[in-house]
Amino acid sequence: MSKSNFSRRGVLKTGMVASAGMALPQYLRAQDGGFTNAPGDSDVVLGFNVPQTGPYADEGADELRAYELAVEHLNGGGDGGMMSTFSSDALEGTGILGREVKYVTGDTQTKSDAARASARSMIEKDGAIMITGGSSSGVAVAVQALCQEAGIIFMAGLTHSNDTTGKDKRANGFRHFFNSYMSGAALAPVLEAAYGNNRKAYHLTADYNWGYTTQEAVQSSTEAMGWETVNTVLTPLTQTDFSSYIAPVLNSGADVLVLNHYGGNMVNSLTNAVQFGLREAQANGQNFEIVVPLYSRLMAKGAGANVKGIFGSTNWHWSLQDAGSQAFVRSFGTKYGFPPSQAAHTCYVQTLLYADAVTRAGSFNPCAVAEALEDFEFDGLGNGPTLYRGEDHQCFKDVLVVKGKENPDNEFDLLEIVEVTPAAQVTYPADHPQFAGGALGTCNPGA
Amino acid sequence: MLGLEKKDFRLLLIVIGLTMLAPFILNPFPAGSEMAQFNAGYPDLMQRFVIFGIFAIGFNILFGLTGYLSFGHAAFLGAGSYGAVWMFKLLSMNVLPAIAISVIIAGLFSLLIGFISLRRSGIYFSILTLAFAQMSFALAYSVLTPITGGETGLQLALDDPRIFGASQTATGNIPVPALFGLEMRSSYELGVGSWLFTFNAGYYLAAVFMIFAFYMSIRIFRSPFGMMLRAIKSNQTRMSYTGLNARPYTLAAFVISGMYAGLAGGLMASMDPLAGAERMQWTASGEVVLMTILGGAGTLIGPVLGAGMIKYFENIFSKINETILHGWFAFLPDGLENVVVAMIYPFIGKGWHLTLGIVFMLVVIFLPGGLVQGGQKIAAAFRRKKPEDAKPNATEPAE
Repeated sequence: MSKSNFSRRGVLKTGMVASAGMALPQYLRAQDGGFTNAPGDSDVVLGFNVPQTGPYADEGADELRAYELAVEHLNGGGDGGMMSTFSSDALEGTGILGREVKYVTGDTQTKSDAARASARSMIEKDGAIMITGGSSSGVAVAVQALCQEAGIIFMAGLTHSNDTTGKDKRANGFRHFFNSYMSGAALAPVLEAAYGNNRKAYHLTADYNWGYTTQEAVQSSTEAMGWETVNTVLTPLTQTDFSSYIAPVLNSGADVLVLNHYGGNMVNSLTNAVQFGLREAQANGQNFEIVVPLYSRLMAKGAGANVKGIFGSTNWHWSLQDAGSQAFVRSFGTKYGFPPSQAAHTCYVQTLLYADAVTRAGSFNPCAVAEALEDFEFDGLGNGPTLYRGEDHQCFKDVLVVKGKENPDNEFDLLEIVEVTPAAQVTYPADHPQFAGGALGTCNPGA
Repeated sequence: MLGLEKKDFRLLLIVIGLTMLAPFILNPFPAGSEMAQFNAGYPDLMQRFVIFGIFAIGFNILFGLTGYLSFGHAAFLGAGSYGAVWMFKLLSMNVLPAIAISVIIAGLFSLLIGFISLRRSGIYFSILTLAFAQMSFALAYSVLTPITGGETGLQLALDDPRIFGASQTATGNIPVPALFGLEMRSSYELGVGSWLFTFNAGYYLAAVFMIFAFYMSIRIFRSPFGMMLRAIKSNQTRMSYTGLNARPYTLAAFVISGMYAGLAGGLMASMDPLAGAERMQWTASGEVVLMTILGGAGTLIGPVLGAGMIKYFENIFSKINETILHGWFAFLPDGLENVVVAMIYPFIGKGWHLTLGIVFMLVVIFLPGGLVQGGQKIAAAFRRKKPEDAKPNATEPAE
C-alpha cells in the first residue's frame, strides 16, 4: 500500500481526544471497598444463574420463582415468608444493609461453559455481588470455581454431588442442599427396616460425577448394614430407553434395583423397570424392590403412578408442618398458585442466608460474609436446626426419606414423608473418604 | 503491504481498527441507562467475540474454500482447551505454552480424524466428522473422566504441581492465567462522562491472535494453495482428471482449520481456565457452521461477523427477562403492557434461540451470501451513482 490515509490533522485530532480521555479521572469499581463489585449506596445486584433451557429447565423455572419471591421479601414486599420464622432476626425487609435488592438472571443451559459465561457477564457487566443457582452439580462446581477466582460469593442451588463440598469445594462457595452421602446414610436404615438386611442390590448409575458419588454413597451405606451389591452398570446420560439395561436385572440374582438417576433419566428408567414387571417380580424368595436415592416432586410428577411405594430421599418437601415450611409454602402458593419444589426451597433459603450473613457481618465483603456464614447455626428455614459447617461450607440438617404416595390427593401430593432422619445421623467428618481430595483454600475478595 | 493487495490490506486495517477499538464500539450506551442492557463491551463477551471469530475463520478455510462441511470442529476446540488446562495444571499459569500445546494437540487430533474422514466427501464426510465429534464428547463426558474431569469439566486445583510456577498464591488461592505476570483478567476501566469502557488484557491478547489468524487466512485465500482448495470445491473430479490428487490439499486445509479451532480452545481456556465436555458436543459444532453461513461462507470477514452476531444474541438477548420487559413498557396502560410483554417475551430471554432461528432463516433466504452480502447491498445502494465496475477483489462468496 503506497498511499497513506493518515492526515496530519487527523492524527493530531485523534491524539488530542485520546489523551483527553486518559486524563479523565479513572473509575474503578473494584477498588471502592477493596473487593469485587462493591455495591453503591442505593442498590445491590444479585445474579440468579439457573437453567432456563435444557433437561433441568423445570427446576430452573421453579428456582427463579423462588429467587423472585426472596427478593420481594427482602425488599419488604409480600408477607415476608420465612423471614418471620428465621431464627436470626437481622433482616428487616429493608433490602440488604439498607440497599434495595435488584437482580439479574441468566441461563446456564445446564452446561458448565454457558453457565460460566453467564456468571461472568453478571459479574463483569451487571456488577453482581453474589451468584446463586444451578440445577446440576457440574454447573455448580464450575460456577463455584469461577466465583472463587473472581472474588464473589457463590450460594449453590440444587446440587447433590459430594464433590461440590468435597473434592471441588471452594472458600467462596456455600451449599445448603444435602448430598449423596446424606442420601445414602438416611436411606439405609429405612431400607433395612422395610426390606431387611439380607438383600442383593443391582445399581444402574448415570454415567457422570453425580451418578458416581451417589452410587458410592448408597453402596457403602447399604453394604454396611449387610446388603450385597451384585452388579453396578453405568448408563449414558443421554439414554432415554433403559429396556436393555433393565432386562438383565431379573436374572442377575438381585432383588433390589437402585436407580442412581435424576430428572428425565429417572423418569424413563423407572417407567421401564415398572413396565418390565419388576414391581410384581419375586427374587430370592422376596418381593423385588426399587429404590431411587434422590427424589424430587417434579420427577415424581413425570413418572406418574410408577413412583407409588418407591423409597427415596429429598432435601425438603412442601408438606412439612413446621412454621418455616408452612410460611414459605403459603407465600409461594399465594404468588404462583402451586406449592414450591425442593429446588425452589433451597434457592430461597440460600438467598435469605446470604442477605442475613451480609447484614450480620455489616459488609458485602465476601470474606466477611463467608466468616458470618461459617459455623452459623440457624433454625426456622424448613429443615429444623441447621449448621453451616465452616470446614467444608456444607449445611447439616435433617434429611427426609420419602415414598411415592399410594393414593395422591392432587397432582402436587405425590410423595409422603416416611421418616425425618436427624442431622446427627447424616453428619460425617470433613475428611470422610467420599469427600477426600481438594481443599477449601482461602476466601478471595477479588480486586 | 505485508504481501497483501491494497484491498485486502484495507480490510485487515479495518479489522485491526475494529478489534482495537472494540471496547468503545461495543459500549455505545452510558452505564446505568436503560439501554446499557445492550452494551456488549464487557471482557467476557469481547473475548468470546474474538475467540469464536478465530474458530469461525478457521472453519471457513475448510468449508468456505473446499466446501467440505465438517460437523465435528468443536472436538478440536475441546481438545485444545483440555490441552491448555493441563498445561496450567502441570507447567505454569503462563498462557503461551498453553496456547502452543492447544494448537499442537488440535493439529494432531485433526490429522487423525481428517485422515480417516477425508476418505469420503459430501454428506458422508459430514456424518463421519459428526460421529467422531460425538465420540470425543462421549469419551470426555464419562469414560475419560480422569483426564477430562467428566461432566464437571477439567478444573485447576490448589494441589496441582505447576512445576514452573506456584501451586498456590501467597494468599492460598489458585493463581490465574497470565502472560508473564500480566493477568488475563486484569482490566483498566476508563470513565468518560457517564460512559464506562473496559480494556481487558485477555481481550487484547486474544484480539492480537485473531488479527494474526485473520491475516493468515487472507494469505491462504490469496495463495496458490487457496486456489487449489477452491478448485476442489468447484469440481473435484475434473481436478483429479488433470492429475492432481485432492486429498493432501483437503487434509492440509482440515488440519489448518483444526489448528485454528485448537487456538480458539487454548485462548478460551486462558481467559477462563476450565474445559468442559460440552465444548465438544455436536451443538457446538453446529454453532460454528451457523456462524460461518450467517456471516457469509467463503468470505474473509463474514465468519467473524457471524460469530459476533451469534454470541451477542446468546449473551445479551438471553439475559433480558420478564421484569426488564415490564420496565421498558411500563409507560403503557396495564392491560396493554401485559399484552405487549406477552407478545415479545417468547422471543427474548430463554427464547433467544427462536429469534436467532428467525434471523438465520431470513439471512439464508434473502441474503444467501450472509451478512457480508447484506453489507455489500447496502454499500451498493449508497453508491449507485458510480458505475458497477472496478471491484475485482470484493469479498464475495466463493460459490
